Amino acid sequence: MSAVLFFIAAAGAIAGATGVVVLRDPFFSVLALVVHLVSLALLFLLLRAEFVAAVQVVLYAGAVMVLYVFVVAYVGSDGARTEIGQLGERLRGAGPVASGLRRGGALLGAALAVELMIALLGTGLEGIEGEGAGYVPGPRTFGTPAYIGRLLLTRFLLAFEVASFLLLVAAVGAVVLARRRRGLEGGDEIAPATAVQRGRPPLTGTMAEGVGAARRS
Amino acid sequence: MSIAWYLAVSAIVFVLGAVGVITRRNPLVILLCLELMLNGANLALIAFSRMWGNGDGQILALVVMTVAACEVCIGLGMIVAIHRRRLPVDVDELRELQG
Repeated sequence: MSAVLFFIAAAGAIAGATGVVVLRDPFFSVLALVVHLVSLALLFLLLRAEFVAAVQVVLYAGAVMVLYVFVVAYVGSDGARTEIGQLGERLRGAGPVASGLRRGGALLGAALAVELMIALLGTGLEGIEGEGAGYVPGPRTFGTPAYIGRLLLTRFLLAFEVASFLLLVAAVGAVVLARRRRGLEGGDEIAPATAVQRGRPPLTGTMAEGVGAARRS
Repeated sequence: MSIAWYLAVSAIVFVLGAVGVITRRNPLVILLCLELMLNGANLALIAFSRMWGNGDGQILALVVMTVAACEVCIGLGMIVAIHRRRLPVDVDELRELQG
């Protein structure tokens, strides 16, 4: 049973990862990453990491991916168009560069894969042949929220606090990065509209003009 | 299933993410591929945590998730800022810092 689940989840994870890399449209890449994350959560469950699996689904596949979908909806179609357009341009103009990059990337990936497999599977660790340490199901055993919570608030309290501070810094940084700067951007979306409004007679372009109030006044 | 299988899956996911980071040019997709690499590392951490029957690897995986969330937050903020300034969303075009 666990072997079947493992192969389903592993196939899903690898297919999702392939989809992220291969698919042209960033929106489909995000959806493929959701498939990958959910399959990975299943693998975490098989490894008895219940809390981490729940966090993976709720936080990653939920919150972070929604953020991605919003940004892809805001930027992504434009990005996809430029990517496809420039891809065509490259295939026509500087073909060898693009295919060389792709071939070099695949070659480097293959080398990295071989190296990682040698490092992981050719290791002297005897434990990787087994199913892991003994596991007794229970409310406070390995991997449950109670266990993780106790570890986080005792042995890893410093890491916990540093991580929360990092989240605060990232939130402030994102707000600073993505806010609207009035002074810096000439071509802001708001500025042309106000310039038009300044130069036209009062009430034109409003509902009042439509019902004839502008002519009368 | 033995732990080695999980490690093999984590290595494959990590390599796919690395290839994506190298070959794709849309910064959004590069961020997604970074997520793939972090997730591969997470799977290895949790597999080793299971191997030792010890929760430390799971705590480190949670910290990695936190760092990934921060990275996504900053990265998406930067992409939105790039888009606002009408710059192309493409890492090959954004190379003014190369000198």
